[in-house]
Amino acid sequence: MNAASKPVPSHVGLQAQSPWRRVVLEFISSPTAVVGLLVLVLIMLVAVLAPWIVVQNPYDLMQLNVLDARLAPGSANMDSGYTYWLGTDGQGRDLVSAILYGLRISLWVGIGSALIAAVIGTLVGLVSAYVGGWLDALLMRLVDLLLSFPVILMALMILAWLGKGVGNVMLTLILLEWAYYARTARGQALTESRREYVDAARGQGIGPWRIVVGHILPNCLPPLIVIGALQIARAITLEATLSFLGLGVPVTEPSLGLLIANGFQYMLSNEYWISLFPGLALLITIVAINLVGDRLRDVLNPRLLR
Amino acid sequence: MSLPERNAAAMSTQAPTQTPTLEVRNLCTSFYTRAGVLPAVRDVSLRVAPGRILGLVGESGSGKSVTGFSILGLVDAPGRISGGQVLFKGRDLTQLSAAGLRELQGNRIAMIFQDPMMTLNPVLRVDTQMIEAVRAHRTVSKREARAHAGRTLALMGIPSPEERLRAYPHQLSGGMRQRVAIAIALLHAPDLIIADEPTTALDVTIQAQILSEVQKLVREQGTSLIWITHDLSVVAGLADDVAVMYAGRIVEQGSVADVLDRPQHPYTQGLIDSLPSRNKRGQRLRQIPGMAPDLLSMPTGCAFAARCSRATSVCAQEPPEREIAPGQTVRCFHPGAADAQ
Repeated sequence: MNAASKPVPSHVGLQAQSPWRRVVLEFISSPTAVVGLLVLVLIMLVAVLAPWIVVQNPYDLMQLNVLDARLAPGSANMDSGYTYWLGTDGQGRDLVSAILYGLRISLWVGIGSALIAAVIGTLVGLVSAYVGGWLDALLMRLVDLLLSFPVILMALMILAWLGKGVGNVMLTLILLEWAYYARTARGQALTESRREYVDAARGQGIGPWRIVVGHILPNCLPPLIVIGALQIARAITLEATLSFLGLGVPVTEPSLGLLIANGFQYMLSNEYWISLFPGLALLITIVAINLVGDRLRDVLNPRLLR
Repeated sequence: MSLPERNAAAMSTQAPTQTPTLEVRNLCTSFYTRAGVLPAVRDVSLRVAPGRILGLVGESGSGKSVTGFSILGLVDAPGRISGGQVLFKGRDLTQLSAAGLRELQGNRIAMIFQDPMMTLNPVLRVDTQMIEAVRAHRTVSKREARAHAGRTLALMGIPSPEERLRAYPHQLSGGMRQRVAIAIALLHAPDLIIADEPTTALDVTIQAQILSEVQKLVREQGTSLIWITHDLSVVAGLADDVAVMYAGRIVEQGSVADVLDRPQHPYTQGLIDSLPSRNKRGQRLRQIPGMAPDLLSMPTGCAFAARCSRATSVCAQEPPEREIAPGQTVRCFHPGAADAQ
């Protein structure tokens, strides 16, 4: 046959990598991002496995001994003799156990709300971009409205109305966060829907819903993933803030924010560890997520992707 | 010249015994913009018989692409088909619902676009896109759809189709990508293919290969093809019939042999004369003086008059379409061979 259509041998297989595989390769080329990812994976592992790691269930009031309250790091347990490596809080909770359980709540609230908000926001953004017209205008003004209020003020207002509880905190975070995804998804979808492959897909008789979900959405994902990573960190911080302010999770099931708040009153009496260690745990988690998120933002930059 | 004026709706450029695959009657497509109404396609009539290739020629902005998009019902707001009929095997496509149109798109009528870099979705593998195109019109399993995609790629002269199926568009060369795009158009063995300058972005050797393959496939399958291009040499080698567009109208139409050998409209003659191969070495290239008119402020009468050496006062009126020779029509008050000037 002719020159251009000669069989191209093995090197095609070598370079036959998906755009996503390229992203992975580029991601791991940054040592800090890999460290961040490893720390994050470790944190998530200990959080998930917490019930099998810890020495006591910090949420079971029967297991707490008030006589052990506010013991310094390294003190021994009165009854069974195990060591409180990071000390105890005002209720006599082992801080290691409390931090791991607190991480569970923080991560669950953060990741859960960020993911649900991502799905809702992306859908709203795609529908808004595809339908257009008055629906688009209405949805985007709603987004503008949500984004124009200070987040913490909105959160306090919603929580004051809904009441405390893990579920309500998540609901609040979702209500506040979907707007970010919606705005980005809409903008991205509007750009993508003007591209020729969308015309080509229409010319193939592919239905509008399949074009939006099957063709436009995959091209909108990179910036949404970046927002997702950063929004998880934001959600965790926001939950900690709300709990610190006393509007988050219940006192009997402290998250990291509530642990910090509980220790706050003892700071001046030199019992620093009750606030310090949960604070460090929160800090490390947020830094790890942000390292991963920043690297994702670099490698998923749409100008570099194609 | 006293040839009878003809009604475009009753026109017949081919043997009238054969029912055409596509018959466009007095099609008008306009864009309703803030700056005003842009008449991109004005009163265009064409017909394509089964197995025939029609070259639709014109310079940028002459409305040839919009004509193609209008036939397939792909004109987006602010554009709209403002008049005329698009009869596909006797059915008027302009009257079909969105769902009815989708039934035909990609299935009975397929389109090939200009830029192969842009028409394939960059984040989806070739097989994903082809399987979806197959399953848009046939209820088959993914495995069967993929096998059919592979066979169609092989039909397009694509070596090792299995590897191409697994590739992403950015891993293929421009020519390969356009072959894939053409293969997608061929998936359902459509009755009509509209190709919008599909080889313009490719280099000449690849263009020649693709042209000969397309020509062969169209002949074998009895597909009708509308090949939109600005390149007269492509039309000369590929098409059976040619329609020359200028400022939204078809100014000359007929068989390739008639129109290219005996052009009657001064614009067609200008186009042929400005082909580099028709010019003498060392001389300045010949060109048509002036520029195409602004669609927003179209002159009354013949749109080409301002650039035409034959223009007279009568050209301030709209020239009717006249049959100058059997099967050859021209829209000019002063038709004639180039030597007659």
